Parts: sequence; structure tokens; C-alpha cells
Amino acid sequence: MASAREEILARIRGAGRPSPVAVPRDYERARTVPDPVGLLAERVADYQAVVHTVGEKALPGRIAGCLAERGASTMVVPADVPPSWRVEGVRWRPDDPPLQLSELDIVDGVLTGCAVAIAETGTIVLDAARAQGRRMLSLVPDYHLCVVRADQVVVSVPEALARLEPTRPLTFISGPSATSDIEFDRVEGVHGPRTLEVLIAR
Amino acid sequence: MGARNPVTWLGTPAFPKAAHEALADPQLRRNLRKATTTIRTKRAGVVAELDDWERLRAAGEAIKDDVLANLDHYLLRLEESVIARGGVVHWARDAEEANRIVLDLVREQGADEVVKVKSMATAEIGLNEALEAGGVRAVETDLAELIVQLGNDRPSHILVPAIHRNRAEIRDIFGGRMAEQPASDEPRDLAEAARRHLRRKFLSTKVAISGANFAVAGTGSVVVVESEGNGRMCLTLPETLITVMGIEKLVPTWQDLEVFLQLLPRSSTAERMNPYTSIWSGVTPGDGPANFHLVLLDNGRTATLADEVGRQALRCIRCSACLNVCPVYERTGGQAYGSVYPGPIGAILAPQLAGDLHDEQAASLPYASSLCGACYEVCPVRINIPEVLTHLRAEVVEAKGRRTPEALAMAAAAWVFADPKRYERAQKAGALTRYLARDGRISRLPWPGSKWTDARDFPAVPKESFRAWWRRNRG
Ligand code: SF4
Repeated sequence: MASAREEILARIRGAGRPSPVAVPRDYERARTVPDPVGLLAERVADYQAVVHTVGEKALPGRIAGCLAERGASTMVVPADVPPSWRVEGVRWRPDDPPLQLSELDIVDGVLTGCAVAIAETGTIVLDAARAQGRRMLSLVPDYHLCVVRADQVVVSVPEALARLEPTRPLTFISGPSATSDIEFDRVEGVHGPRTLEVLIAR
Repeated sequence: MGARNPVTWLGTPAFPKAAHEALADPQLRRNLRKATTTIRTKRAGVVAELDDWERLRAAGEAIKDDVLANLDHYLLRLEESVIARGGVVHWARDAEEANRIVLDLVREQGADEVVKVKSMATAEIGLNEALEAGGVRAVETDLAELIVQLGNDRPSHILVPAIHRNRAEIRDIFGGRMAEQPASDEPRDLAEAARRHLRRKFLSTKVAISGANFAVAGTGSVVVVESEGNGRMCLTLPETLITVMGIEKLVPTWQDLEVFLQLLPRSSTAERMNPYTSIWSGVTPGDGPANFHLVLLDNGRTATLADEVGRQALRCIRCSACLNVCPVYERTGGQAYGSVYPGPIGAILAPQLAGDLHDEQAASLPYASSLCGACYEVCPVRINIPEVLTHLRAEVVEAKGRRTPEALAMAAAAWVFADPKRYERAQKAGALTRYLARDGRISRLPWPGSKWTDARDFPAVPKESFRAWWRRNRG
């Protein structure tokens, strides 16, 4: 008997091939807007996330401010975040050696950077590279503080995908965890972090 | 082989009868009307934001047609890419074979419980039941799937399987089955109850099962689009991940995702972007599952591919926009379709996947429509659903003969659905019961239907009228 693989391939080849098609790519691959950073801030806020735009120099102070306001005293960080982000007065738990799941479950939050941010859709993309760490770091803690640099902001989805490496583990985040499963009403906060706070540094 | 395809539910009545039962439930109709009205308005808003929406639809259609034209080639590419990145690829001809593969993989891990991300493919093959028969408990983690599972219920919508339930009903279901009662019937409290209920499972379960929204042939990247974070939990925390994917879910290149990641969220949850999208490729050491298995599922898809008109149903990206605009769906609810794929897409996909137009229930589905065309207008991959419906009706007639009682009952149902006035009248008079429901047999329709039942011929269906009425009344 033929293997399932051989049989499925044979069925496809026997199905009578639809004629080949050319894909029209006349949709907009890049879009220009006057203020991409401003648009990102507005669209992220639309998802009920907290957004601040700060100058590069004021960033550490602002990180300290966010954590103080939230009362977050124990925070997870990928080991390779810029040292200036690990501000005084907070117990930092770098993920090196890798933290246990049970440890991630009891900290107050996580601080990460990102790979790309999409202004038009208010999306932040993590690719597990520098300052982002393993995927579970930004998933298990209930509070995610994420730093976006202005040069990481693009306007459209196509521009973002062009910047990403497809074989890395990628997570697209648009606001805090949410559901529309009850009467199609969006409510924030199910299994992922229930609070997303974004610092856009320019 | 040769087992019945579980894509349609055994023992459900043909659509006319099931629809009649659903119509008698005013609570169901209220729940559905409220939900679909909300989502229709929101969708129109986010679609209007993109000037190039029609061009994106055309690209989406063409990309999927290209996939279908070269399916063997792209599947082999995908297999190669996934293997190169440390994954294992399995092929399954039908539901039974897919279920056996998954059960064996779960047993190999010594697990008696798995966590699941909502997946149409695994619902289609009846995986949960098969696992249970093999001694493995499958825990649904998507909020709506959890509502269905805890309520011993069946799904009624592709995206929101518990859309037929309102908040008060959900509180009662959760209250009866969870250790901790939800604080109230506010959606926020219900979501909180689900979070507490599932948290331990996420952190301790060793095997997860998911579907896939897309897979990129060239890179082996698999994509899961979700909202709650239950998907991320399942895709990153367990040691072993098993993904079951219909063979048509492919896209050829990474670039193609730029089209679908715009089309899908706006069409389905009416958001600029859904909260979470996860993309992974094989296994990444130190990050996520150490074992990744991809099961490629045929289960009637190659047979559908062989139908020149019907094959466009394989472009479907399961956004559910066609359900949300369908006047028939809104009135009957999803369960009347007797399949995991309800609504307009279900009416063309379920009978094709089931592949048996002699089966009365499957054969009745192409009649579950007024041919108003609203589904075609919103479909992000431009599936001409009315065209496929008409085509399948002709095939049903050919398979059964036009004058058999079932064929007549179905044609009568289609006739009633085709005009809202007729429909409201039939409903008020209880006419659907009297004329359509008894054993799926038809006696006489009220005038002018009587002209048709006498003549035993297809009536001229006023194709535009329902749509015009719909627009006027519902905007
Ligand atoms: S048929 Fe089109 S509109 Fe309906 S679920 Fe599929 S992709 Fe969406």
C-alpha cells in the first residue's frame, strides 16, 4: 500500500490542476504618514495599553517611574538588556541561567525591548533576539513593560515583515491579552499579560 | 479507511428541520443578532481604513489559487523546510489516520492530558473524542471552546464557537464546572474565571495540540493567530507541540503573509491586528517545545480540489466574516448546519469535505442560503459562495433526482429563505413546521409556493431581493 504521503501527492496530481496565476502586488507595501511614532502611540493606546513617549536620555528615569507607579519590585529581564534599563530600587531577575516557569509565575513583571513596531496596527514584534529573551519571558508574568526605539517603528505590515527573519520565533503583540468571545465584546486580560505598558524612546 | 468523515455530525437532521428547531429559540436569535450586529459594524470600520483593501483581496485570492495550482510542490517544500529546522512531518489521508497519528505521539510522551489551542482542523476530525477514546483528556483553552466543552455543547461559529451563549448562560456553565465561581456575569469576571481555571494546566502540561492559520512553504514558518494568550501558552510552554494543519493552509513565501496578516484580523475580529500572532519554524533550542510535529491533513481536500467550481472553497482562511453577514445564519444559528463549519462557508465546504451527496444532511447544506451574495462581498479571498452553492445544488439534484421527497424539501427550504417576506410569513404561520419539517417531507406550500409544489419545478428565485431588504433594514 502506498504511504499516506505518496497517496495524497498522487491525489493532488490527479485532481486536474487549476491554471497557474500571477499574484498582483499592486497593494501598498509601504505607506508614509507624517508622524509614525505618534501614530504608533495612538494605535497602541487604542488597545487599552499604557503608552509613553520619552527622550532617549529620560528613558531610565521613566522605567523607574513606571515600575514605582505599578509597585513592581521584582522584575524579570533578558540578560542582554542595556544596563541602564536595570534601574536602582528594583530586584532584577536576569534570565541567565534560564529561570524556572514557577519563578516567572511569581514575579511582578518583565521588561523587554522589541524587534520592530508597526504604527498602523499598533503592533510590537518580538523576535527573541537582543533585549527580548525567550518567548515565555514576555508571556507568563502579568505585566509587560516594553521599550520601543523610534528607529524600530515602521508604518505598515509589509514593511515590518521585510525587516524580520522568518525562521526566528516571532511574537506579534497588539495590546494586552484580550478576548471577544463573549457577545463579540472585547475585554482585556485573559491568559497573557493583562497589563502592557509601552515606552517609545525617541 | 472508508470510515465516515466526522466533518458533519452524525445524527443531526437535514438543514430544513434543524433550522426550524433553531428558529423556535428566541434566546438564540437574540444572542446571535446582538453579536453579529456588533461585529458587522466594527468590521466595516476597520476595512474602510485601508485604501487598498480590494487590491489586498485580489492578492489574497491569487496567492491561494497559486497554492492550489502547485499544491504538491509547495507541500514538499514545506516538508523540507520543517524537517531542516528540526521538526517532524506526518501525512494523514483522513480523520481516522490523523487521529491515530496524534494519539500515538501523545502516548509516546507518556501523557494522559493535553492542552489545545482552538483549531478548526482538529474539530473537523473529531480529535478530542478520539483522544478520549484512547484515554487522553484534551483540555480546550480558548475561552469560547472552553464554554462549549464545559457545557457539553456543540460549536456554532468558526471564530467564536459559543456565540450562541450570552453572559448569563456562560456564568451558569462556568459556575457548574469550575472550582471557583465567577464573581459575576461581567465578561471581565468570566475571563478571570477562565484564567484561574487554566493557569495550572498551562504551567504543567507536557503536550500541546494546535492548528495553524498559515504555513510558509519556503521557510517552514507556522502561524497561529489568536487573542487571549492561550495560544502562546500552548505553543511555548509544553515540551511537545503537535500541529494539525489542512494541506491548503500553505502560502508559498514569507512575503505572502503581509497580505493575510492584513486581511485576516480585520475580517475576523474586526481589529487592526489581533492581540497575539505566534510564528515559529521547526524547533528553536532553548526557546519553546523541544519536539515539534506537523500533521498534514487531507480529509476530503484533494477531492474538493478536483472540483473545478467547488475548489475555491479551499482558499478559505476561516475568518468567519461570511457567517457574520449571513441573514440565514443569523436566524438559524450555527448548530443547524450540523457541522463544525457552519454558515455560508460551511454550506459549501462541509458537503464537499464529507464527499457524500447521498447523505441527506450533507446534501441539504447547499440549500441553506438565500443566494443574497453578502458572503461573497465580504470574503477576504473572494470565494464566490453563491456560485459554489448553485453548482452543488445541481450536483445534489443529479445525485438524488429532482423529485425525491428530500430534494423537494430542500428546494422548498431554499425557496423560503430566498425572500424575507415569505420567510417571515412562513415563520409566523408556523409554516416551516407544517410544510418543511415532518421527516424532511414536503406537503404543500402556501400560495404562491403552492404553484411550485403543484408543478414540481424550481421557482424563479429573486436573487437580489433579500439583499436589498437586508440593506434597507439592517444597514
Ligand atoms: S469563506 Fe471567506 S469570508 Fe467565509 S470564513 Fe472563509 S475566508 Fe472568511
